[in-house]
Amino acid sequence: MTASPANPTKVRGETILSVDNLVKHFPITQGVLFQRQIGAVKAVDGVSFELRRGETLGVVGESGCGKSTLARLLMRLEKPTSGRATLEGKDLFKASGGELRRLRRNMQMVMQDPYTSLNPRMTVGDIIGEPFEIHPDAAPKGSKAKRVQELLDLVGLNPEHINRYPHQFSGGQRQRIGIARALALKPEVIVCDEPVSALDVSIQAQVINLLKQLQGELGLSYIFIAHDLSVVRHIADRVAVMYLGRIVEIGTEDEIYERATHPYTQALLSAVPVPDPEARDQRNMIRLVGDVPSPADPPSGCHFRTRCWKAQEVCAVEDPATVPRAADPHPSACHFAELRPTPA
Amino acid sequence: MTINPTPASATPEGGHLLELRDLHVEFRTNEGVARVINGVSYHLDAGETLAVLGESGSGKSVTAQAIMGILDTPPAFVRSGQILYQGQDLLTRSEEQRRQVRGKEIAMIFQDALSALNPVFPVGWQIGETLRQRAGMSRGDARRRAVELMDLVKIPGAAKRIGDYPHQFSGGMRQRVMIAMALALDPKVLIADEPTTALDVTVQAQIMDLLADLRRELNMAMILITHDLGVVAGVADRIAVMYAGRIVEHADVRSLYKAPAHPYTKGLLESIPRLDVRGQELSTIKGLPPNLMRIPSGCPFHPRCPYVQQVCVDEVPHDLVLGDGRTSACHFAQEVRDDSVAR
Repeated sequence: MTASPANPTKVRGETILSVDNLVKHFPITQGVLFQRQIGAVKAVDGVSFELRRGETLGVVGESGCGKSTLARLLMRLEKPTSGRATLEGKDLFKASGGELRRLRRNMQMVMQDPYTSLNPRMTVGDIIGEPFEIHPDAAPKGSKAKRVQELLDLVGLNPEHINRYPHQFSGGQRQRIGIARALALKPEVIVCDEPVSALDVSIQAQVINLLKQLQGELGLSYIFIAHDLSVVRHIADRVAVMYLGRIVEIGTEDEIYERATHPYTQALLSAVPVPDPEARDQRNMIRLVGDVPSPADPPSGCHFRTRCWKAQEVCAVEDPATVPRAADPHPSACHFAELRPTPA
Repeated sequence: MTINPTPASATPEGGHLLELRDLHVEFRTNEGVARVINGVSYHLDAGETLAVLGESGSGKSVTAQAIMGILDTPPAFVRSGQILYQGQDLLTRSEEQRRQVRGKEIAMIFQDALSALNPVFPVGWQIGETLRQRAGMSRGDARRRAVELMDLVKIPGAAKRIGDYPHQFSGGMRQRVMIAMALALDPKVLIADEPTTALDVTVQAQIMDLLADLRRELNMAMILITHDLGVVAGVADRIAVMYAGRIVEHADVRSLYKAPAHPYTKGLLESIPRLDVRGQELSTIKGLPPNLMRIPSGCPFHPRCPYVQQVCVDEVPHDLVLGDGRTSACHFAQEVRDDSVAR
């Protein structure tokens, strides 16, 4: 399955991260002493995409679609079952020892929950400065405190608060600390796993703006994982839509939000509440029935067919590839890909 | 274009199904007294949906808990105010009398269905428990009624699933079970506290549809507590926006979204990324919500407000009744609304 997007319009740099047919199956075992594998949760089931320098790739999907597992795989917090990923041409999953350490330096992560992702017993200075202990060459001796203060300033926190503890900060400020920690080693790629989901509306906008501003200043590439499609539209250049471990549609922000061809993307977009009461009666919402099937036992053929109103026999037999379709030239994994007639 | 302006507080005495008058609640803790609710008044009429909107710590859930009489006391204490249900002040009633109101007259559903349901009993038993205890039904009758209720909330194969445990249901189905429990005694008011916050968008849409249908079918009044401006726009008739334990703006839903008249509401509406509008920079509300142990003087929003003047620091703004029957607790409500229209 080659899902390299067909030459999108917004090329801002060469490919920095390339992921090819990545698979992660978590085994389900039975028995205590002699554990037999009786099945597998197919959390990530053949995902391919490319990330270019300076761009933001949004990854959206509902809970259980594998988006967080994808993030953990890319950070090498999980071992993939199969597949390849290269960061600047170097194989992410084959690297070990010193080479792995150098690779990791280039790719950092911002976590979802700013309350549990910061050690409550460490000061902010220690938290942000910890990467320098693992990579001593990143900050010359004696300059560590200065560098931490620069980072605090960069993310909009008071540099004098270097000796405070996480509990002395609000949720939004903690998320800024998490961002500062991710920036410490001057990475080129940052994986943001639901970075604003735990924050209040008025704080969320501050953090989104900060991420955008940092991208402009430092030329970062983001993989931005979120379930909130409105947030993703605001920050992403390209968007990948995941369902049950697969990317069902990928394209530029405009291709996904204005010209989606996959029924799941269309349903997902139509279900997002729009903050405008005038639109209440005019919206033509696609109501999906039922829940997402278990990733331990996904439907045959197209994973979405059990909830799809277009499903035909072919959908149960043949697995649709994520390839450009006639309806619109961006990759979509649907046998019957078409634009939505007269959008709401 | 205000087609249907509902008067915010102009209706005379006694007309409302539920009415809160100048409610004050505080949390007495070792570190000090947090004034969580500072003079909240709102009302609810039969068959309507009132949305109470606010961020964490604004006091929206505590208000609901006060209505239900399920505040954690201590540390929470109702300092003053009235909660009138059909003209009777609930706060002066005995605990036993309040128990009669709870569930039967006013019922509540919670955000996290998994922790609100008991994991060691089948869902049918939990729905039936209310019926056995409160309506005096026999086990068999309660069981039959539980199946009916599960059908009502559209749980597929209700009769077969009645013996299943909460963990065997998906998030959306669990939320439906909780709605069925709340509806068991035919309440007149349903308080939904962030009913869809923990759910995915496609499931959220299903649950909001279900709640709207049920409200219509059973002619209930609903208080929808949420932080999501999108959800509110879809279902509410009126909105009360809360900030630091006060209602800062109260209006019918269309005029509020069209032209917010409080700087906080205006800031909130401008700071949400919208699916249907593509934009670059999001405007933000500067600063943080106040610490409820040290609420700023005057208008609690003044440290974050772009319209701030000296008067805002000195004087607590009263509810300013605007022409079209809405209120805004801002000294400059008129200006804010005119700016919103101009935008």
